[in-house]
Amino acid sequence: MNNTATISLQEEQKTKNTWKFLLSELKPKGKFFTPFNIISLPIMLLGAVLIVIRFWKGIGSVTNLTQDVPWGLWIGFDVVTGVAFAGGAYVITFMVYILNMRKYHSIVRVTVLNGFLAYVFYAGALLLDLGRPWNVINPIIGNSFGTSSVLFLVAWHFLLYMIAQLIEFSPAIAEWLGAKRARKILSGMTLGAVIFGITLSTLHQSGLGALYLMAKEKIHPLWYSEFIPILFFVSSIFAGLSMVIFEGSISHKVFSDQISEKNHKSHNKIIHGLARICAGAMFAYLFLHIVNFVHGQHWNLINSPMGYWYLTEMLGFVVLPLVLYVYSYRKMNILLIKIASVITMLGIIINRLNITVIGFKWDAASHYYPSWMEIVVTLAVIFTEIWIFRWIINRMPVLRESPAWAKSQSS
Amino acid sequence: MNLDRRNFFRVLGLTGATLTIGTDLKANQEQDENHEPVEFYGILYDSTMCVGCQTCEFICAETHELPEPTDIPRIGEVRKTDETCRTVVNAFDSPIGEVDIKTQCMHCNEPACVSACLTQAMYKTKEGPVIWRGDKCMGCRYCMVSCPFDVPKFEYHSPNPKITKCDMCYDRLQEGQLPACVENCPAEALMFGKRSDLIKEARKRIVENPDTYYDHIFGEKEAGGTGFMYLAPVSFDKLGFKTNLQNKSYPELSKGFLYSVPSIFVLWPAMLLGLHEATKNKQIKNEEENE
Ligand code: SF4
Ligand code: SF4
Repeated sequence: MNNTATISLQEEQKTKNTWKFLLSELKPKGKFFTPFNIISLPIMLLGAVLIVIRFWKGIGSVTNLTQDVPWGLWIGFDVVTGVAFAGGAYVITFMVYILNMRKYHSIVRVTVLNGFLAYVFYAGALLLDLGRPWNVINPIIGNSFGTSSVLFLVAWHFLLYMIAQLIEFSPAIAEWLGAKRARKILSGMTLGAVIFGITLSTLHQSGLGALYLMAKEKIHPLWYSEFIPILFFVSSIFAGLSMVIFEGSISHKVFSDQISEKNHKSHNKIIHGLARICAGAMFAYLFLHIVNFVHGQHWNLINSPMGYWYLTEMLGFVVLPLVLYVYSYRKMNILLIKIASVITMLGIIINRLNITVIGFKWDAASHYYPSWMEIVVTLAVIFTEIWIFRWIINRMPVLRESPAWAKSQSS
Repeated sequence: MNLDRRNFFRVLGLTGATLTIGTDLKANQEQDENHEPVEFYGILYDSTMCVGCQTCEFICAETHELPEPTDIPRIGEVRKTDETCRTVVNAFDSPIGEVDIKTQCMHCNEPACVSACLTQAMYKTKEGPVIWRGDKCMGCRYCMVSCPFDVPKFEYHSPNPKITKCDMCYDRLQEGQLPACVENCPAEALMFGKRSDLIKEARKRIVENPDTYYDHIFGEKEAGGTGFMYLAPVSFDKLGFKTNLQNKSYPELSKGFLYSVPSIFVLWPAMLLGLHEATKNKQIKNEEENE
């Protein structure tokens, strides 16, 4: 009798401590008035105001969307481009868990976290763009399955993939909370989640391209092709990895206190290895584009403004970074690899926007340009994501080494 | 143990939901092949008879409680339908003089908008009209992106926006009435009926008056066939029609992708697991070598 009482008391004490711990973790850490905070905070606040207006007065009150161009920056950039950049998570988990390339293990967590947050926020941006968001449950709970829709597939995969990524990341949360048993169970699920996640990613990365298959006459012929799904999939590989290179370089500066000496040293090796994979994927991508171009007999289109723009994209943002990756890989030039990653990312943004916005209804009388409000909301979404990212990095063992008990558990 | 198994099946069920993609499409196709093709109703519009009086515009607005049209058809100016107006008549200059052309939803046999819609809000009724159901729609506007005729419109300035387009007066049809525009056209330029009968009638008109008609029924083949079909005195490209449309249906374009989904769902995990097993030992070897 007495015994049980002490135990329950202990339990109580424990939950109390957990609460205290969680509350203390909620408080911001570090200096508050950093340049990043000073720039991002007002934009986030303004973005929040704009979102309120959007739900109050309709989508047209903040966006420049028209009856001709129903999808603009929020879909073309936030969702389509953002998800391509989040592709790093499935590529890295593929390399580490499927191909057992241990070398890349130290960046798995941060990449998965990045991918997960990207999906949460960019799929969240999709909700902003829905005119009747309260009906979003229809295709989920199953009272209205539009199974012949590519968008149905993409939406479901977003949802399932977010769950898979959360499972992949969950051991870090368990380590943060000191939940030993939970960590053991959760890390046992990693391989399953990874396999499921890669399958989903293959399908929805290409699915984002397949969304535009039916808009055959609306997209400029230099960008429309039946291969869009494959092109989207292949480019998501190097888009994601370039993001990993870029983001990793920044994280290693900003969060340098979190990273162990060993990982600091191995990071350059990781970047170097990734450069080679990027180059390989980009080569395949370029090859597909050339086949597509020759096959589609588009020579006559080249001598036009859109044709020059196409050449700019291909030469300046595919061939150039490809050459840079190959060269810098050979010369072991880490700085050049980072530059190549930035150019690659710009190229992906340009490519996705060419299909979704710039080349969409390129021949219409009036063109769509995003309003400043669409841009502010987009920036606000990105900044919020970075805030949450920073919050997690500062608390959970993501860049930092796992606690000793977790390490002994896994071996 | 028991619980685990149940969980396992739940996951399978979830995967199943994503697997069902594409099966719908197949089912439809099989139906078309094995059974009598479904008999859709449609409308035949004879622009040689149309006088450009806009009665259809006015009666459409009245029937659907929309604002009255305020502008009139003018040569050289193309009016468009929008969220407050589901049909418009435009005037075109042609070698034989002014030709008026009415536009509205084409009620495709295999509509792109319906296959795009992930909630089945856009719906091809068995009678033929393509309708929009507000209780299902989530306002994603994918139907607008996909429709080759740019028909669905969206109320951008409403917190509770609707997708609007011609529904061939589906409510009236169910009460045994004709679509409002067909019933009220003073020139009898519009004719409602079974699609196959309309095609026969159109052919007959072309054969009997070869000088009056350009020898083509727009909508018989375009976009896989449409419920709304046109006759005209001159070739359709002179009358503002899109000339780059394909004769295959538009959902056909994404079928290849959707068909590949189930096989990837089966093949990928198996392949990944195989790769994992194959490289596991190599890994151990590497580690030994390193040490
Ligand atoms: S014309 Fe457009 S909106 Fe009308 S049925 Fe065809 S695809 Fe749908
Ligand atoms: S806007 Fe509505 S009707 Fe159109 S595709 Fe989306 S859910 Fe379907």
